[in-house]
Amino acid sequence: MGEYLVDIKNERLSFFTPAGEVKALNDVSMRLEEGEVLGIVGESGSGKSVTAYSLMGLTAHPGKLIGGSLDFNGHHINDMTEKDMRKIRGNEVSIIFQDPMTSLNPVYTIGNQIREVIMLHTGKNKKEANERAKELLTLVGINEPDKRLKQYPHELSGGMRQRVMIAIALACEPKLLIADEPTTALDVTIQAQILELMMELKDKLGMAIIMITHDLGIVASMCEKIAVMYAGKIVEYGTTDEIFYNPKHEYTKGLLRSIPRLDANEHERLVPIEGTPIDLLNPPKGCPFAPRCANCMKICLREMPPVTEFSDTHYTHCFMNQKAMLEGGNA
Amino acid sequence: MIKYIIKRLVLAFVTIFTVATLTFFLMNMVPGGPFLSEKAISPKAQAALEAKYGLDKPLFQQYLTYISDAMHGDFGDSLKQRGRTVSSIIATKFPVSARVGGVSIIVALCFGIPLGCIAALNRGKPVDNIISVLSTCGIAVPSFVICTVLMYFLGVHLGWFPTFGLTSWKHYVMPVIALSFYPTAYIMRLMRSSMLDVLGQDYMRTARAKGLSQFVSLFKHALRNAILPVITYVGPMTAYTLTGSFIVEKIFTIPGLGGEFIGSITNRDYTVIMGTTIFLATIMVFMNVIVDIVYKLVDPRIKLK
Repeated sequence: MGEYLVDIKNERLSFFTPAGEVKALNDVSMRLEEGEVLGIVGESGSGKSVTAYSLMGLTAHPGKLIGGSLDFNGHHINDMTEKDMRKIRGNEVSIIFQDPMTSLNPVYTIGNQIREVIMLHTGKNKKEANERAKELLTLVGINEPDKRLKQYPHELSGGMRQRVMIAIALACEPKLLIADEPTTALDVTIQAQILELMMELKDKLGMAIIMITHDLGIVASMCEKIAVMYAGKIVEYGTTDEIFYNPKHEYTKGLLRSIPRLDANEHERLVPIEGTPIDLLNPPKGCPFAPRCANCMKICLREMPPVTEFSDTHYTHCFMNQKAMLEGGNA
Repeated sequence: MIKYIIKRLVLAFVTIFTVATLTFFLMNMVPGGPFLSEKAISPKAQAALEAKYGLDKPLFQQYLTYISDAMHGDFGDSLKQRGRTVSSIIATKFPVSARVGGVSIIVALCFGIPLGCIAALNRGKPVDNIISVLSTCGIAVPSFVICTVLMYFLGVHLGWFPTFGLTSWKHYVMPVIALSFYPTAYIMRLMRSSMLDVLGQDYMRTARAKGLSQFVSLFKHALRNAILPVITYVGPMTAYTLTGSFIVEKIFTIPGLGGEFIGSITNRDYTVIMGTTIFLATIMVFMNVIVDIVYKLVDPRIKLK
């Protein structure tokens, strides 16, 4: 307690839909130190965004936290009222969304939308906030800030709008920046620029970043630690080197096999992961990945695999590793 | 902006001219005439009357005469109401309708918009269901039913409000309720659905992520985006409501323009038909220009060309 910026322990979160309880997060734990960059990877619906949103108290209706504890920067999120949460949001923790085209309100100027968050959290007046907004636009690499502040979102390009979103997120110098697939909606050259900008700002401002993405290329270049999520569970967690050079979970291995490599020989084909993700309305008793796993054993269908730790930072939930350990006599 | 308004005014003139032309010829195609009543008058007298108002001339010539007079601001005399010009009829009756109508529009907006928002925010809950039922009723129940029910209960049974005339604020209550019932219900529906749409937008999530309170994100970020469909509807609705409703005016005996409009048609009072139609068309076109300008003010993405 206290030494970590983010400390999520055994988080459980469900969406109570008319069709039944959708178990979006099952026993998710993660820690993040100040200034650290954590990547969360996984396919759509694996719970990446839900985890991050719950940290900001932004869980959408009808989602509900049903277990575990969330601590952030000395705040115990579980017990916080909506009113207290509002003081943190946009101030100590802020977020950049996937689609910059729709994330800004079309009927207000850029300046208005940046000033808003500054005035809300710092108590600056409009003129001071405007100065700060200009500083921020310069910081995120937008030229002619005076002119831009008076423009509306539809007058800017996608990359430009994402820079504005970053400016809004950084307005109050947050301790933690959550980037929810910040580059998915942008074209490739702009993607690289935005990522570079984020890393540059991280070094300058010293904030921690949670990078949510399904692009392994991005995590490899940006993140220090990686959490691989599948069906509302962290199936493998480790440093970037551990995940990329020594993947332990079958799903992680599958993900890595499915990215194109420059050094592969010409006739080598990409190996996709067969099958589709499980239905979170009726999660299986055993390992959620078992139905798609090439090395599935009988026990995988019956029981949830326990944690296997390889180092202080590297762990996974997979019976294959249990088996290897038992056979090696290390358990 | 100025250029746009001038362009729209020119177009408005063309629209009104077209409406006048169509009305003129359609009106003359309808069998009957202003001087064919049950009480037979001598053919000689009828011929004299027709000659006096120029109705004996060929139709096209009548049309040219009318248009050229109208261009000079002369809409002629009423054929049925002796000694009154069409302009004076409109000038005395329109303010009456406009007062009742104006209050009704304000009432419709004041109830429709908040109730629509409340329904959207409580989607699926009992409040939403109650508001939805109310708005369906408001749209489905015709105004003569509402008038009659109001009159029976509030006017006759309880005796709270007078049932005819328009001399004190009390006289306004029932006609205003009757007139604003439909628009209130319609605005509620529009507001609810567009609010639901806006609440699901990404920028609303951004507003929450900034730490804004629900109140600010609703009033600042949602309302301005959600109000656009309501503005579209309110334009023509205002034109209709201001010029009066035949039914409501007849039932509550209000001397307004709505009654005059329908009365002139059954009487074949050609000049009054033309005058009131052109008047309604003008207000309608004018309201549409205003709607476009308000649109531009609310949503900067809209370009006026």
